[in-house]
Amino acid sequence: MIKNIKIVAVLTFTCLLCAFLLSLVNILARDETEKNQRREIEEAIFNLSPLTKRIEKFILDNDNVYRLLDQDNKLVGYGFIAQGNGYQGTIKILVVANQSLDELEGIEIIESSETPGLGGRIKEGLFKDQFKKLKVQPQIECIKDGTKKANQIQSITSATISSKAVVNIVNQKIKEIRDNINNESK
Amino acid sequence: MRVNNIKREFNKGLWEVNPLMRQLLGMCSTLAITTTVMNAIFMGLGVMFVLICSAFFVSLIRKIVPQEVRIAVYAVIIATFVTIVDIFFKAKFPLVSKALGPYVPLIIVNCIILGRCEGFSSRNSILVSVLDGLGMGLGYSWVILVLAILREILGSGKLLGISILPNSYNPLIVMVLPAGAFLILGLLLAIMNSIDIKRKG
Repeated sequence: MIKNIKIVAVLTFTCLLCAFLLSLVNILARDETEKNQRREIEEAIFNLSPLTKRIEKFILDNDNVYRLLDQDNKLVGYGFIAQGNGYQGTIKILVVANQSLDELEGIEIIESSETPGLGGRIKEGLFKDQFKKLKVQPQIECIKDGTKKANQIQSITSATISSKAVVNIVNQKIKEIRDNINNESK
Repeated sequence: MRVNNIKREFNKGLWEVNPLMRQLLGMCSTLAITTTVMNAIFMGLGVMFVLICSAFFVSLIRKIVPQEVRIAVYAVIIATFVTIVDIFFKAKFPLVSKALGPYVPLIIVNCIILGRCEGFSSRNSILVSVLDGLGMGLGYSWVILVLAILREILGSGKLLGISILPNSYNPLIVMVLPAGAFLILGLLLAIMNSIDIKRKG
């Protein structure tokens, strides 16, 4: 009995101490990490949408949305983060779309933990670049083979779940953003 | 005698029982991240930090940890320091962190570290354990550094991202692929063994 108590006590104490240490380090590093992430997102936006000269951030229904402006301060598109479940964990995607939100400029995978070599290939150009100038109306579709239509992309062989996850996450978020922006302009 | 002993505990990781070349542990990360020297430097530093810190703490609490849960306790300690390294790299060196990807968090299951905790730190005093960790960490670092230098030069004609071979050099693509890592590792092992054989006469 005393032995059991000791086991529980040692484990609990170790875990508490480690959790404390970790949260301390996390708090210390949070600002820096967020700054890095923001820089990464902005760089990706400039890459995907070459017309963009300035990025303006605003909050839309709890989401961070980036308004993309060209050199004459004219709206050329929107950027936003879409997030959802993949095969092994959360996939975080930066979506850049045109000003009417019916065509994508492209996507960038910000964070994912898909199987390396299989689902992990959603990060690769071959898959990602299919989203450039892709039509979003009525919605993006994922096909296995055949000829792609303007709103279709081809999934990665042996990583259908990851491919579909990306498509669903983008579809869902872009619809949400579109509805919200339409509501706001009314 | 005592000083000699301490020296031995430090030295052994560098060559005699080098974690990579003699114990052949932790191969996965070694083969995966040695494509560029920059990756190898940061991976080496990360592993060394985790080895030293976990050796210190495991040795510190070795007398109060019950046998039944020792592995769980070690795992928690190791995971904590690895996560600290991961957070630190993400905050200060985002590009390196991106390049290393999952291999930083995977240090948690690197058998070199658990092996040293279970096999050494849990039975030895703090000073000796930390020296052992430092020696093993340096032993790991120099091997992956040599691997990375050879692979980066041969595989992409560069060193630390700077081209050092003339443009006429046609990079051996195989060297940046996993197969290249095996080839270089095998050659290094052979060289080390032949040195040892010569030494013993």
